[in-house]
This record gives sequence, C-alpha cells and structure tokens, in this order.
Amino acid sequence: MNERAAKIVLRGRKVVGGTAEGEALVTRERISGWGGIDPRTGTIIETRHELRGRSFAGKVLVFPGAKGSSGWSNQFHLARLCGAAPAAMLFNEMTTKIALGAVVTHAPAMTDFDQDPLAVIATGDWVRVDADRGVVEVTKRG
Amino acid sequence: MRLTDAEKAMLEGAEGPAVARAMDLLVRYGEALGAERLVETNNVCGTIGATTPFMRDFAAERGGLDAVFSEFNLDSAEVVKVPKAKTYACHLQQGMDPENAEAMGLKPEMVQLFRRGEAFSASLGVQLMNTCTPYQVGNLPKKGEHCAWMESSAVVYCNSVLGARTNTEGRESTGAAMLTGRIPYWGLHIEENRRGTHLVRLEVELADVADWGLFGYYIGEIVQDRIPVIAGVTGTPDLPRLKHFGAAASTSGGVEMYHIVGVTPEAPTVEAAFGPKRPVETIRYGRAERRLAYERVNATARDREIQFVMLGCPHYSLEQIRNVCRLLEGRRIHPDVSLWIFTPRAIRQLADRNGYTRIIKAAGGKLMSDTCSAMSRAIPPGTRVAAFDSVKQAHYLPAIMGIQGWFGTTADCIEAAVRGRFEADLR
Repeated sequence: MNERAAKIVLRGRKVVGGTAEGEALVTRERISGWGGIDPRTGTIIETRHELRGRSFAGKVLVFPGAKGSSGWSNQFHLARLCGAAPAAMLFNEMTTKIALGAVVTHAPAMTDFDQDPLAVIATGDWVRVDADRGVVEVTKRG
Repeated sequence: MRLTDAEKAMLEGAEGPAVARAMDLLVRYGEALGAERLVETNNVCGTIGATTPFMRDFAAERGGLDAVFSEFNLDSAEVVKVPKAKTYACHLQQGMDPENAEAMGLKPEMVQLFRRGEAFSASLGVQLMNTCTPYQVGNLPKKGEHCAWMESSAVVYCNSVLGARTNTEGRESTGAAMLTGRIPYWGLHIEENRRGTHLVRLEVELADVADWGLFGYYIGEIVQDRIPVIAGVTGTPDLPRLKHFGAAASTSGGVEMYHIVGVTPEAPTVEAAFGPKRPVETIRYGRAERRLAYERVNATARDREIQFVMLGCPHYSLEQIRNVCRLLEGRRIHPDVSLWIFTPRAIRQLADRNGYTRIIKAAGGKLMSDTCSAMSRAIPPGTRVAAFDSVKQAHYLPAIMGIQGWFGTTADCIEAAVRGRFEADLR
C-alpha cells in the first residue's frame, strides 16, 4: 500500500460536534431505524436493503438519509446504549428523523457537503471526521 | 438559534432541571436541523412507556421511570425528576395489551410494570390513548395548528388530512416538547415547505383500502420524503383509505405530507397544491405499477399455509371492526390459526358495547388494544407465515420477527384465517 496515498477532503456542516475515525460503510439506500435495524448489534435488518445483515457498529456510516418510522431516533439511541452506534454519520438529506437521531447517538455527524460523499467514499475506505471544523478526510482502501 | 426570553429562562433552569434538560435537547436538535427558532405547541403525541423488552430491563436496572424519561425522552444520562406536562399530551401505542398479556407471552410482573408506567404517565397528565391513531379517539388538531407528533402514520395523517402542522418527531423531541411547549420551527411548520413536489396521475381505480395501501407503498418508494400531489381521484376516500395510504407511503419512503386534489384541505386545486413550485417529476400509477407494489409487499411470502392473521395496523377504526364482523359472523377460524385485531382501547370499549368483541371471540379471534405485533414483538408461538391487510405491517413484521408475510385485502385475510391457507392474489 502506498504510504502517501492521496487523501480526499470533503467540507460540510456540523450536525453533531466531535471527532472520530473508522472504516466507511456506504449505502445509496436510505436507512429505516425502527424495524430497519437491530439496535443490539447495529445490524441492518430491512428485508430488501442492500446492507441487510451488515453492522454499522464502530463504522463511519455514509448514507443518503433516514426513512420510515418515527422510532428512528430511539433505535439509534438504543444502539448507542448497547455499544453498537456508528463512529460517525455522514448524510445528504436533512430530516427531523436524522437530526434527532444523530443528536441522541452522540456521534459526530455532518451534512451539506461540497462533494457528494456517496460518490467519493466507498465501503472500506478509512475516514476521519472532524465535525467541529466541518472537515472529512478520506483515505482510499488499498 | 434565537431563543425568546422565556425559552432562555427555561434553558437556564428557571423551571427546574427537567425543563432545562428538555430545552437543552431542543436547542441541540434545532441547531442540528439548521432551524432559526422554536415554535409554541400545545398538542404533543409521544411515548414515554417502558414496555418493550429493552426498556423494561432499563427501568428495572436504572431506578424506574424518571430514569427512563431522563434518558429516552430528554437524552439526559443524569436522572431528573419529571414534572407534569406543560402541554396537552397523548400517549401513543405501547409494548403490550395488558388485557391479553398471556396470549402475548407476557408474565404477570410485566403487566405490573405496564400498570406502573400507565400510572406514571397519568401522574404527568399524559392522556392514555395508547394508540398509533390519536385522531381516531378525539385528538383532532385544527388546520394550521402547530403540533409535535411522532408515529409516522399519525404524522402524515395530521399534516395531509387534518391540515395541522407537524414534522416527524421522535421519542426524545416529544418528551422535550411536552415539558416546554416548544418544538423547532422547521420543515412542515413553515407554509412554503408544505407545497407539493411530485405530481401523481392515478390511472387505475382504487377499489378498496388495500388498493390505497399498495398505491401509497409505490408512491412512497419514489418520492421518499417529498410531497406527492395526487390527481385523478374520483369520489371521496374515507378515513381507513387515507390512513392506509399515508401509513404505506411513510413506510416505503418517508412521506410526511401528501395532497389529494379536491379532497385534502390544502389542495383545492392542482395549482394550490403546488403554489409557486413546479412538479419535479410526474409519476403515473396504473395496473403495472399496482402489480409491482403488490409483489414488493409480498417479497417475503412463499408458503401458503399460515398460522397467524394480524389486522389493525394502523389501529382499526370502529367501522373497520364492524366490517370484519360482517365477514366473520357465524364462521370459525381454522384451529391452527390465530387472529389478532388491534384497535385503540377506547374503540375496543365501543366494540364491547356493540357486541363486536363477542363476534370476534366466537369466531376464535381476539380483539386487542394498546399495541400491535410489531411494537410488542409478540406473535403466536409457532408462527412461520402470517397474513396482513396492512402494507406497513407486511413490510415491518417479517423483518422484525423473521417470518413470512402475505398482504391482501381484509376479506382475503379473513378467508385465510378460516381456511388456514392464504390463497388470494391481486385481483
């Protein structure tokens, strides 16, 4: 692996402050909270979801936004208490579900990016999130 | 975010630590949204119970219901004493039906915990409606009224059918709203955000409630959280149709508001529904789209032999209970099948008076209240395949419980309950 692998930098708006880093888990499909995840393990359980069976615990979750039940925030709140929350959340579409969900997850979260994170970040990339400064650094895998 | 003097005082603790925590959460939440201010509300629908398995354990370990409210309604790890609700507040569906605890596989101590939770809610002045459909049991906010509701199927009904204004709130924000009388002024509280985004041309007749559910499921998947304007509806769809349409659209997407031209209060005409905006897309819904929605809803279903029929998602109205009784009266359901029908407790009491509960019982079914299978994670033992007349339940319950689920009309489901097999197809 190239030690001087090019870093991609995205700038965006803080939703929840703080810094975190981890491996990216990326989906182009919106995520359901209640009935869509198992908060005990952070696993996506929605029947037709492309990430079904994958866990976001400890990952930098990159996704378009939230959908489904208003239990969204509570499920991510539970995931935090179960130690299964994402390390950080990066998303495009602001809704009350995701804003409240991000707030109660207590993990750094950002939106309103200068580039589409879904286009720039792939699953397995290493991602550093500094929500207070509004900066995301992506190191491509391999 | 700009706060009024009264809001600053709440944040600084003038009304006690719980209200300060509530205001702190609303400020963090409002800033996450990018809201400029809060708006006053006196109509909150939320949940503060601790009847799901995780909540029950949390309450038992952390010292009771003030601890549950602090963590799950105020996002406060520090336990604060919770004062009476400042607003009119209604409790949504819970995690069990205390009158049918045995059927739901719950021990008596769980029922005791439920009763303690109810007493706690009542002590805060929260109305014990225990339903996902507060609008069916008397909570009918007026057009333009600012509300703070959770429960996606109720939110979409509140905005679209009643013309009141709410975003999809969550457990934490409704907890904070009931103690402060405030919610972020953002999204659907603002007039210009309530206009349509997508034009939907209906090209097939919607014959029944199930048809409206399929229509909602298809449209929600396309528009996601934006606002469809439906043209081409003939006649006036009734409460169950609108309820199921919204519930389905908020399940496959995140629809919080829709307009039906000539039917819903903010859409007297197509032009009024869009205001100065132009539709970003025109969607047609004909026979092929209806078939596709049906196949998507039935994605988990393979085996025809069923063990469980669940009706009442969202909670049934009295009219829907009456309809089921007309289908069931004088018949017996199959000995290997359980039939559970969910409704608000207030409506169950009406059903008791009208003899509907007795008709359902005589047929071998149960009329239940306060919860549903998805909320309580309770299904009859041995269930592998279930049938539903709700797109929403058919979407969620198989994923939550690892079972197969068929979707059909109410009549299809009753027929399946009697025969022990789901034989229907889309007509």
